[in-house]
Amino acid sequence: MNPTTSNTATPAAGAATAATIALYQLAHGRTGDKGDRSNISVIAYDPRDFDHLAAHVTEDAVAALFSYRRPSAVRRYLVPSLQAMNFVIDGVLDGGVNDALNLDTHGKALSFLLLQLEIPLPPRLAGAG
Amino acid sequence: MTAPLMIGSGAGFSGDRTDAALPVVRSLIAAGGPAVLMFETLAERTLALAQLARRGNPAHGYEPLLDALLAPVLGLCLANGIPIVGNFGAANPHAAAQRVRALAAELGLAPPRVAVVEGDDLSHEAGRAVLRQIVGPDFPEARFVCANAYIGAQGIADALAAGAQVVVCGRVADPALAVGPAMAHFGWSWQDWDRLARATMAGHLLECGAQVTGGYFADPGMKDVPDVHAVGYPIVRLDEDGNIEVGKAADTGGCVDLRTVKEQLLYEVHDPAAYLTPDVIADISAATVEQVGPDRVAVRNVRGRERPGQLKANLFYEGGWIAEGEISYAGPNAAARARLAAEIVRKRMDLLGHAAPIRFDVIGVLSVFADDGGRLLQQPQAGEAQARDVRLRAALAHEDKSVAETLLREVNALYTCGPAGGGGVRTALRARLNAMSCLVPRSAVTASHTLLP
Repeated sequence: MNPTTSNTATPAAGAATAATIALYQLAHGRTGDKGDRSNISVIAYDPRDFDHLAAHVTEDAVAALFSYRRPSAVRRYLVPSLQAMNFVIDGVLDGGVNDALNLDTHGKALSFLLLQLEIPLPPRLAGAG
Repeated sequence: MTAPLMIGSGAGFSGDRTDAALPVVRSLIAAGGPAVLMFETLAERTLALAQLARRGNPAHGYEPLLDALLAPVLGLCLANGIPIVGNFGAANPHAAAQRVRALAAELGLAPPRVAVVEGDDLSHEAGRAVLRQIVGPDFPEARFVCANAYIGAQGIADALAAGAQVVVCGRVADPALAVGPAMAHFGWSWQDWDRLARATMAGHLLECGAQVTGGYFADPGMKDVPDVHAVGYPIVRLDEDGNIEVGKAADTGGCVDLRTVKEQLLYEVHDPAAYLTPDVIADISAATVEQVGPDRVAVRNVRGRERPGQLKANLFYEGGWIAEGEISYAGPNAAARARLAAEIVRKRMDLLGHAAPIRFDVIGVLSVFADDGGRLLQQPQAGEAQARDVRLRAALAHEDKSVAETLLREVNALYTCGPAGGGGVRTALRARLNAMSCLVPRSAVTASHTLLP
């Protein structure tokens, strides 16, 4: 494998443009695991951003981000009262804590993969009201 | 009106800090009212390891840090009427209970009333028969190690009502460590689903120790935590309506704010409207949080509904061997040399007739985000050509120990036969435990408590 071409993006490094922002700047989260199922919370720092996050951090967007790990299902639950959403992603832990060969068998780091999703700037930052 | 119950957390996992509980107990004593201290030390995998330890020695199989966790607080708790409830019994609650009594004697304390909650262990023949029927042809007959059901809070509540000062459990559901004391204290009905759900979420917020007080949270510049090195463990104030206020031990670091509480509320919850536990289905889909003071957050609008008909059980079986070997490359072209080393190991294993899948990581370029199939690592990674300090990791799982050992020898051989400049080989070989979970009927599980004579 020739490692000199560095333009093949990892899913972690989406193509940022002036009009997008990393989810990481707008939200925090934590990963938990049960068996081969990962659950990742995404919580808006600023309650005003929650609707914007709900519009852009979709099941499809997360499924695309995790596609190389071959999830069998991605399900999103919204909890507006906490300005939060909870993603439940099946089959992304290579069997889970007792089976996977990953150093991080729990997938603890995966919240930071999700938080690198690039989404459009929220209205309050885009100056569009 | 019944006074609120203060529930402190002394540990959130097996191997947690052993000096965390003392500041919690001091705060519980200072608060003056009814209080209880809970220790959660049992993850999915921890219990299976404990079962193996018990196999090796019938006196083992409980939390290895039991003495270190309890010694600093046992005397204070007994003297101040603060019961201790923990799942530190793991695979051998009776042995743990005996050890608690012995520890009390060694500390010069009067013999405490110690109770054992059991019934979770399904490893016996009758339990296996039930599981065999449920799992069907996939039941790992020859490789079976153990199975435990997650039992609820009834045994804990009954033991406390009977006057236990220390309650030793095995595989109870983690939140039950708070629900049991709440039920004993408030005398709620076991069908009072809303209150059960609130006590359950109190337990959920406490069960991971510092994870609600600023532990596992800090991200410099984004989420800063004061004195995180001295993070204080949580204390929940639960009132007779099940209203929750999360705080932490006095004179400690860490923080309790809306962000820490939200992260832990959702931690390992799947559908927020249906958090399944043996005692209740909790619903946090409309839960709210409010900062009611410094390091104090109220959690409201938790609802509950009727408990599930079945109990979850985890089943463990022998899964062969895992081999892991690592070697470092640094300086110019480091990642390319690491990738060449991976190629060499792969070809050598093929040559030796071991065509098992090997996972490779190039630590410093791509590791934990990658997949066991190596799909992501096949692509060149951003910044890889500039990487100056990387570590190749090879990992393999195999039924045959000798194949696993061969991988480690091949990693070791990279010293003289691999790319230039490799150093720092470390290898490890360990037995693997595989897991599966299933649902068992409540009738298959007889949970009970026993007060030591």
